[in-house]
Amino acid sequence: MSTKLNRDDVIQNTVYDVYENYDESKSTVDEIILPERDKDKDPILDIRGLGIDFGGLTAVDEFTIAIGRTEIAGIIGPNGAGKTTIFNLLTKVYQPTRGTFLFDGVDTSGMTTTQISKMGIARTFQNIRLFDKLTVEENVKAAMHNEVSYGLASGIFHGPKYRKQEKAAHERALELLSIFDMQDMADYQASSLPYGAQRRLEIVRALATNPKVLLLDEPAAGMNPSETAELMNNIRKIRDTFGIAILLIEHDMSLVMNVCEGIAVLNFGRIIAKGTPEEIQNNPAVIEAYLGKKKEAK
Amino acid sequence: MKMQIKNGRLSPYTKNSIISYGLVIGAFVIVSILNSMGMVSSSLQGQLVPICCYIVMAVSLNLVVGISGELSLGHAGFMSAGAYTGIVVSGILETSGLPIYGRLAVAIICGAIVAGVLGFLIGIPVLRLRGDYLAIVTLAFGEIIKNIMNIVYAGKDSHGFHLKTNPDLGLEEGGRMLLNGPMGATQVQRISTFAAGFVLVLITLFVVQNIMNSKQGRAIMACRDNRIAAESIGLNVMKYKLMAFTVSAALAGMGGALFGLNYSTLLPVKFNFNTSVLILVFVVLGGLGNIWGSIIAATILTILPEALRQFADYRMLAYAIVLILVMIFTYSPKIKNFTQGFIDKNFKRKKPTAQTEGGGQV
Amino acid sequence: MIFLSNLINGLSLGSVYAIIALGYTMVYGISKMLNFAHGDVIMVGAYISFCGTAYLNLPAWASVILAMIVCTALGILIEGLAYRPLRGTGSLAVLITAIGVSYFLQNAALLIWGSAPKVFTSVFDKLGNSISLFDGELTITWEALFTLIAAVIIMVGMTLFTGKTKVGKAMRAVSEDNGAAQLMGINVNSTISMTFAIGSALAAIAGVLLCSSYPALMPTTGAMPGIKAFTAAVFGGIGSIPGAMLGGILIGVIEIFGRAFISSELSDAIVFGVLIIVLLVKPSGLLGKKITEKV
Repeated sequence: MSTKLNRDDVIQNTVYDVYENYDESKSTVDEIILPERDKDKDPILDIRGLGIDFGGLTAVDEFTIAIGRTEIAGIIGPNGAGKTTIFNLLTKVYQPTRGTFLFDGVDTSGMTTTQISKMGIARTFQNIRLFDKLTVEENVKAAMHNEVSYGLASGIFHGPKYRKQEKAAHERALELLSIFDMQDMADYQASSLPYGAQRRLEIVRALATNPKVLLLDEPAAGMNPSETAELMNNIRKIRDTFGIAILLIEHDMSLVMNVCEGIAVLNFGRIIAKGTPEEIQNNPAVIEAYLGKKKEAK
Repeated sequence: MKMQIKNGRLSPYTKNSIISYGLVIGAFVIVSILNSMGMVSSSLQGQLVPICCYIVMAVSLNLVVGISGELSLGHAGFMSAGAYTGIVVSGILETSGLPIYGRLAVAIICGAIVAGVLGFLIGIPVLRLRGDYLAIVTLAFGEIIKNIMNIVYAGKDSHGFHLKTNPDLGLEEGGRMLLNGPMGATQVQRISTFAAGFVLVLITLFVVQNIMNSKQGRAIMACRDNRIAAESIGLNVMKYKLMAFTVSAALAGMGGALFGLNYSTLLPVKFNFNTSVLILVFVVLGGLGNIWGSIIAATILTILPEALRQFADYRMLAYAIVLILVMIFTYSPKIKNFTQGFIDKNFKRKKPTAQTEGGGQV
Repeated sequence: MIFLSNLINGLSLGSVYAIIALGYTMVYGISKMLNFAHGDVIMVGAYISFCGTAYLNLPAWASVILAMIVCTALGILIEGLAYRPLRGTGSLAVLITAIGVSYFLQNAALLIWGSAPKVFTSVFDKLGNSISLFDGELTITWEALFTLIAAVIIMVGMTLFTGKTKVGKAMRAVSEDNGAAQLMGINVNSTISMTFAIGSALAAIAGVLLCSSYPALMPTTGAMPGIKAFTAAVFGGIGSIPGAMLGGILIGVIEIFGRAFISSELSDAIVFGVLIIVLLVKPSGLLGKKITEKV
């Protein structure tokens, strides 16, 4: 099938046409693919047949992928395909109707958001969710509540333990902020930051929980091409510095194709393709999902 | 307290703390000096302890409403728990030979513990609710506490302490009723002093302001600002909300004990919904999360009805009008914009914000 | 028989609560504010009706209409002067202003009518003796009967009004989404005024009915029924009209039964205790909608 479609065809294909024309046999869901360097280790995330229904409507179904320990992976798909729902399942905002996922070899069934965070999954949000009235530094320090371990008594009396740990937290917060060159903004109120800086702060805050997997929900949304380019470098930098896995949702294809090593394509809650960026770019099912099926010429 | 200096200037918490302590200490010194010179009117003298109590109440409520972001309409319930505990404890210790200050301290600590435990127990179910539903349930608990106080009778005699829900305590000759159901506490020995109130205010400020500038405070405020994000970074939202609620209740119990021991008789009606609302008014007028604002609002609004005495019968009406006008002038978006524009135009150069400084790079 | 007569008393008191709760719920639905002054509008309504019959020698029905007119005007005035300037500033600022308005109304009433309780003559006085059933074992007062009937009529009327009329639909639209309603060409200001007007007129009726059954009229008469009705509105699910009705009636019945069979001193505690239990099981009230935040 030709991958070239003319413009009129694309416009004529509504979402419903795509659904009707969707052919399951063309989906390329197959075995786990991990980057070469992670192959000898167990995957950090081993997602098995995850699915959720909302009152009879299946939002996500049979979602099965594995993510290597230092992999940068992406989930793409049209609006409403269920991408954010997958993040909500992975962070236990929703409990899955079917299936489960193993994190670092541990079954996560029945865990809460708090427990998942403690185990090492951190996320950002599509619509930014910062602690608006706290300062930038406090936003980051709030996420370090595990290493800042003093109790309420220390919190009230500000004893030696308080001073020692607060000092360490302050230094680490500035260090984390310096990844994005934001250490000078530490005292600003979070809500006063410009949009791009708020997105970066969300990433820093997520990193402050010491995650093993970082979930980024549309990190490049609202950014211009040069900001996006810088973001790409930073995503790689974060992976290299912290040695963690990153799973991202993104509409910006240049970012996804450039930084991701593995990509899963979602449509109507199901994976229709997964593979390397090159494989995805040439996958007919993907093209069909995004652009619609070419109509037979009369 | 250790000062935190960043980039050569004080952190906002340190600055606000200094304002609060300065206000309280300054006011105490001035009033004490004026008092020794005989320049404080007897009506104001009578209000010094209540003012301290209301400051404690307002600051502690600010921990729940301003810092934790949950609307509570039952704060007077914790105040009454503290007050009655304080009165009973002080009454029991009357014959123990403990010096008055020691007795007051024990009474206040007991008041704090009882109110704190009550706050913890009430907080567990209440904090599962959100917004206005939480508000109505705190209101309900406040009314229930008041209602229960109406049927509690307590007394002591040589056999010890008696507590019942009917007036028939069977006290022996020489025994003394401490709590008298709907008649409240009677013949209370008045042992509260302005100095004790001052110390209590300082303790409250110390606790609340230090919590604000700690891991716990950050967590409490994070849960307030964005519950979902707070959960996503692993904060146990319920735990921190409960912490704020319990600490606040314990502080309210302290204030209540001081309040109770300032009057010879105290009716349970004193701690009804109106009192809870009055304290909430202090908090909102002083500014949510603004501790020194609460101090000023509590002080002014406690003195105001007295100060409006020249309006005689119209004073409470005037109080209501002042309250409405102050709310409209502080919060109305139109008036805010107008005054802000006026100030910007005439008094200061445009302040650079993060918006203009930090934009751009990723 | 004791049970039945208590049930009737409970239903009657509950009907009053329900009418007040309707006002609370409508105002909450449309402006997301807890209008704590609502209870005091009841008191004003009762005083106006009292003045109408006692000083102006109006017939009972005319005094009720006078009370409704005055309260309607009062409701519009309160909304326009005190609440409108604060719209969109968060519910807490408006809440405190409402408390200010409540103080104002109570103290104004205190100045005008004094603190001594007025003996309110029931508007059903002319109807004579109460209805006697079962050889006098069960008596139903005209007040109880007419309160129930009034509540049912108002309930049906309000349901039809919000469901069928243009203004009613506009009210629902504004309470769903203020901004979108405005974009659809609905005059939000006048719709909110209208809601306050209706709520206040209902409060006047509630005041007259309440004081017909419990004749001691004081400036603080409205405070406790106001809180109870607010509780009733939350109990039934705030924002829901049938919920307010159900909540009001249940609260009234629970209160009367608690007073009669458990403890007269603890009847309020019982009412609030039941409210707490219900909210813990159903956090948004009996008929309230559950709103979940989208992540």
